[in-house]
Amino acid sequence: MAFLELKNVSKSYGKGSSKTDVLKNINLSVEEGEFICIIGFSGSGKTTLISLIAGLIEPDEGEILLNGQPIKGPGPDRGIVFQNYSLLPWLNVFGNVGMAVKKVFPKWGKDQRATHSKKYVDMVNLTPALEKLPAELSGGMKQRVSVARALAMNPEILLLDEPLSALDALTRGTLQEEIEKIWAREKKTVVMITNDVDEGMLLADRIIPLKLAPNATFGPEYRINIDRPRDKTALNNNPEFKKIRNSIIKYLMEIGSEIQDNSKDLDFTLPDLKPVEFN
Amino acid sequence: MNSNLNKIEEETTTEVISVSEPTPSKTAKSPVKQSAQNHVPQAPKKPTYERVIKLLKMVGLGFLESLIRLIVGDDPKRQLKRIWLGVGVPLIAFIVFVVAWQITASTLKSDLGKIPSPSEVWGQSEVLWKDHVNERKKEKAFFERVEKRNAKLLARNPQAKVRTPAYTGKPTFIDQIITSLKTVFAGFLLASFIALPIGIFMGLSKTLRIAINPLVQIFKPVSPVVWLLLVTMFVSALISQNIFLGMPKAFIISFISVALCSMWPTLVNTSVGVSSVDKDFINVARVLRLNTWNKIVKVVLPASLPLVFTGLRISLSIAWMVLIAIELLAQNPGLGKFVWDEFQNGSTDSNAKIIVALFVIGSIGFALDRIMVVIQKMVTFNKNDIA
Repeated sequence: MAFLELKNVSKSYGKGSSKTDVLKNINLSVEEGEFICIIGFSGSGKTTLISLIAGLIEPDEGEILLNGQPIKGPGPDRGIVFQNYSLLPWLNVFGNVGMAVKKVFPKWGKDQRATHSKKYVDMVNLTPALEKLPAELSGGMKQRVSVARALAMNPEILLLDEPLSALDALTRGTLQEEIEKIWAREKKTVVMITNDVDEGMLLADRIIPLKLAPNATFGPEYRINIDRPRDKTALNNNPEFKKIRNSIIKYLMEIGSEIQDNSKDLDFTLPDLKPVEFN
Repeated sequence: MNSNLNKIEEETTTEVISVSEPTPSKTAKSPVKQSAQNHVPQAPKKPTYERVIKLLKMVGLGFLESLIRLIVGDDPKRQLKRIWLGVGVPLIAFIVFVVAWQITASTLKSDLGKIPSPSEVWGQSEVLWKDHVNERKKEKAFFERVEKRNAKLLARNPQAKVRTPAYTGKPTFIDQIITSLKTVFAGFLLASFIALPIGIFMGLSKTLRIAINPLVQIFKPVSPVVWLLLVTMFVSALISQNIFLGMPKAFIISFISVALCSMWPTLVNTSVGVSSVDKDFINVARVLRLNTWNKIVKVVLPASLPLVFTGLRISLSIAWMVLIAIELLAQNPGLGKFVWDEFQNGSTDSNAKIIVALFVIGSIGFALDRIMVVIQKMVTFNKNDIA
């Protein structure tokens, strides 16, 4: 049995005529320790999907099982890293991580909690910034705190909602490597959402494209059997990498052109007007 | 939320990530090495004067920054320009104001008397202070006399009943200031005690918000005068003694009226602040499965504190404004009564004394606001956004 399972999950927002079906018949099964990347255009319902797994919203139809148990509401067993960091701005780095640790391990003593929090802050290389407030950190540092906070809860599964999309390319590259290292060490199951094919190719065991909302479903999955750790520069010459990458991009372009075809129906007739001449 | 970060702060703390070209960094002492991919620059230890400046900014004396920088010789040209802008320009404006006042005072005259000139006002402020000092001396002398008399009585007859009568001198200007400050503090405290809990509950429950909001909207614009009359009626009906729980009745009436007039901004801001907490923060609380109490204490309240404090600041300035009017109208002790007494008095120096009171009232109002800013900066997280 799969570790995380989504069975015929559908979700729509709104009611009556303004109802939009975002996700339709989503089926997914993730094995323990697997790294899954879900890739899609913006607005394709990716965040809705991750919120469903996190339990922040409930599916209209279908069910989501973790370890065979249906998910009821959010919980620290699914560590989530939000797209916009979601750090509490009045707590410093240590406080943000420590708050989560305190909630998840209430029986621990103060020292044990502090050691645990510091271990994860150190894992994301932020020990020098332990006492800093989020406002004093750069985007990449904030995101690392967010990752540390999620990991410190010792979750069974790590959900990453476009964690790197707000960052510049250089910071992105560093953090991708860090995420892979942490994944290799912690042996956590990871579901990551991204809009970057290369990022998915570098990190994932499987890449699953999400078609566009409304009624978004999964496209064909791509399995990446490239040895780890994957070297970014070496990958560029790997024939398998090139093959898979090209087919994913081709697939995404196809979905993309579908939208453009759809938008052709929206033809506006412009009024026959001429500018007034002032003579 | 903190989008308008302090630019300078961002510069000094931004992480340096080097890949191929080491970028010249302002903070890192040595050039960034190729291997230091996750290097987080430690802020260089700041000199003492920087810490002094930080402290001054914290207590609202930020305008002294340039002066200190000038003394330690940090870019003197720029500091002089900033001092000119920050201190010189306001000073010139003030001088222009005083000169215009002097000219007006010497030309305008009416049946009610003439407008006192700045020098007369200054003179009267000294008179008011001397009055206060003299009054204190008289009081001291009075008690000394009483003591002597009592001692004499006791020497003659150890069983004699001695008593110390209360001193019944007229309250001085300084006494009135102290009374007003006590009253505004009591009123503001009561307003906060009422408005903060109700505001929090209104923010948390939409039903409660819908239920109470119309009442708030109706009560909010009611004139202080009406509240004063109502409170006077209620307090007089409920309390028959002149001193209740050690407080004079007039004081009770004043501070309750002040509270009822000034609590609304705190109430509204608290409910808005609590109800509009960033959804991301709530999601964090949900993922951590915080219970309701922890959710409120650890997430909702800290997140809404900036708005709550803005409300408290407005409330305090309204409280001070309203208090003077109430004292004036109800003849309750305080600065308002002082102003009214001087107006009724009609002596030649009364007008000057009223203007002294005007400046004192204004300065105290300003000081109260600055105190709130300092507290706000100490407890809320968006320190850089507070003006």
